[in-house]
Parts: sequence; C-alpha cells; structure tokens
Amino acid sequence: MSEENEVITGIDAPVALKYNFTAGAAAARFLTQVKKGVLTGQRCPKCSQVYVPPRGSCAACGVPTEEEVELSDKATVQSFTIVSIPIPNNPIQPPYVIANLVADGANISFIHLMSECVNEEVHIGQRVQAQWKPQEEWDYAMDNIRYFTPIDEPDVPVEKIGHVPVSGWEG
Amino acid sequence: MSQPEILNQAFELAYTYTRSTGPVIGRFLTELKKRNIVGIKASDGRVIVPPMEYDPDTAQELSEFVEVGQEGEIVSFAWVKEPREAHPSDKPFAWALIRLDGADVPMVHCVAAGSEEQVSTGARVKAVWAEETIGFITDIRCFELV
Repeated sequence: MSEENEVITGIDAPVALKYNFTAGAAAARFLTQVKKGVLTGQRCPKCSQVYVPPRGSCAACGVPTEEEVELSDKATVQSFTIVSIPIPNNPIQPPYVIANLVADGANISFIHLMSECVNEEVHIGQRVQAQWKPQEEWDYAMDNIRYFTPIDEPDVPVEKIGHVPVSGWEG
Repeated sequence: MSQPEILNQAFELAYTYTRSTGPVIGRFLTELKKRNIVGIKASDGRVIVPPMEYDPDTAQELSEFVEVGQEGEIVSFAWVKEPREAHPSDKPFAWALIRLDGADVPMVHCVAAGSEEQVSTGARVKAVWAEETIGFITDIRCFELV
C-alpha cells in the first residue's frame, strides 16, 4: 500500500500535566537531611509510629508530627515486585526490582530500587542497606541512594517487619 | 524543629496515550491527509461533520460518507485574547463553530484573524491546510476569513 493510500487507524494523544511541585515543610526538612546523607522520619505523638518520608502529620491519628527521628540506612524488605515491562521515558531497563522497604527505626515503608542482587532470590524479610552516590553528588533527592543491596543478616520474620529498632536487627 | 527552606521543582506527569480511531473517524482523518473534508449522512438526511459512527436519533450504524466544502460560515465564536501553550496559535485567534458548505452540523475549529472585530457570526471562512498533512485534525491548520 503506498503512503498516499494509507488508512489512518490510530492517533497519538499524549497528555502532559505540568506541575510546579512545592515540597512543603515536612518533605523539605526530609530532603534537606537527605542532602546530608541522613534519613529522617517523624514520630506520631499519639501512636508512636515513625513515618519516613514524613508528611507532617499522622494519617491514622490526624495529629501533627513534629518529633524528628534519625533512622538507619539499613532496612527490611516488606514487599517487592520484579518489573519486566519497560515504562516509556523511564531510563531503568527491566528486569529490575522495586521494593517497599522499612528502614530500621521506622514503622512505615518507602519505595526504592534493589540492585546487585539475584532478582529471583529477593524475598520478604530480607535485610538490605542503602548504596549512596558519592557525597559530592548529593542533592535534595531520594536518588542520593542509588539503590539498596542485600546484606548478610538473618531475615526478619513477617510479624517483626516495621518493628526493628534503629539499633538494628540481631536476628 | 528549625524552619526548612522552601523547595520547589518543575514536574511533568505525561501519559503517552495512543487512540484507535475506529472506521469512521479513521476515514475522516484519512481524507484530511488527502486534503478533503468528509461528513456522513444521518437517517434524517443531515450531513454531520466530523462524521459519527452511529445515527444520533436512531442509533443505527452510518456509512454514507459525503464530501463537503472547504469553505463555510461561522455560526458562533469565542475570541481567545491570550492563547495558552496547548492552543493551535500563539497569536490571538477565535474558536468557532463553522458550518461547512454541504454540511448541516457545524464543527469546531480555529479561525485566524487580525483582531476580534474582524470576526463575526455569519462571516465566510475557508480552510487553510498545513504544509504537510499527516491524518490529524491539525491538517487543517486553521480557517481564515474569505
């Protein structure tokens, strides 16, 4: 079929939403600390849960969170997924592992990448640690941590995930 | 807690959608690529542009394509003083409902004009084609006053 006679069956219909994102007090404080290479959460004064990244309030209790808690860069895998399908404009090539990780000292997970691991051997309760970029590249960004890698520590049982103290997991 | 500095960042959330046109809009776009404008004949004899797949009254499938004129009449319009990024023109222009010759239902497109005063209901306009047509509504770059 010649170019002239080609029948149109589809169109590109991209949608782009342009935001100017303002971090807000809690996230700005968190990112300021991340720039220094420190993960900082906030503790709820009512239920004592430690949130990271902090949002400035406790979603469960509806109260402001002000107490800052410095966390470890060691964490436990709470859940994970192996991504096999490429996402447009995402520079990371599949397959790769995205995991919900709970930092030692925190009760709530955050999302980050896992690497330098055997994807098929990643499991819930696995112990991991942050691999930081060189300090001179640190910015107000969670990708100051390149990814998390497995460490040689015993697995955390499911019921203990989210309850590991900042001093670490003895097994 | 010390007062943190305010952090701001531009952020774009983009979805790379593609849409299937279906046979009727597909035909409309295919004709645009060839610099023709087609409508479709409804059960009551009206010619609808852009064409619809189903009759608005009886819901029956429609298939009788009709080529319409490349000139027409402004039925109504809205002048855009300050075009935004997504608009088809970076100069002030009019969005208009244009009833093409041979059509019974007006269609929306933009009208290029030097000023709002030059645009009026009932004014005659004609299609201006893009230099390169690709099978998209922007193949008609705009309408201009005759």
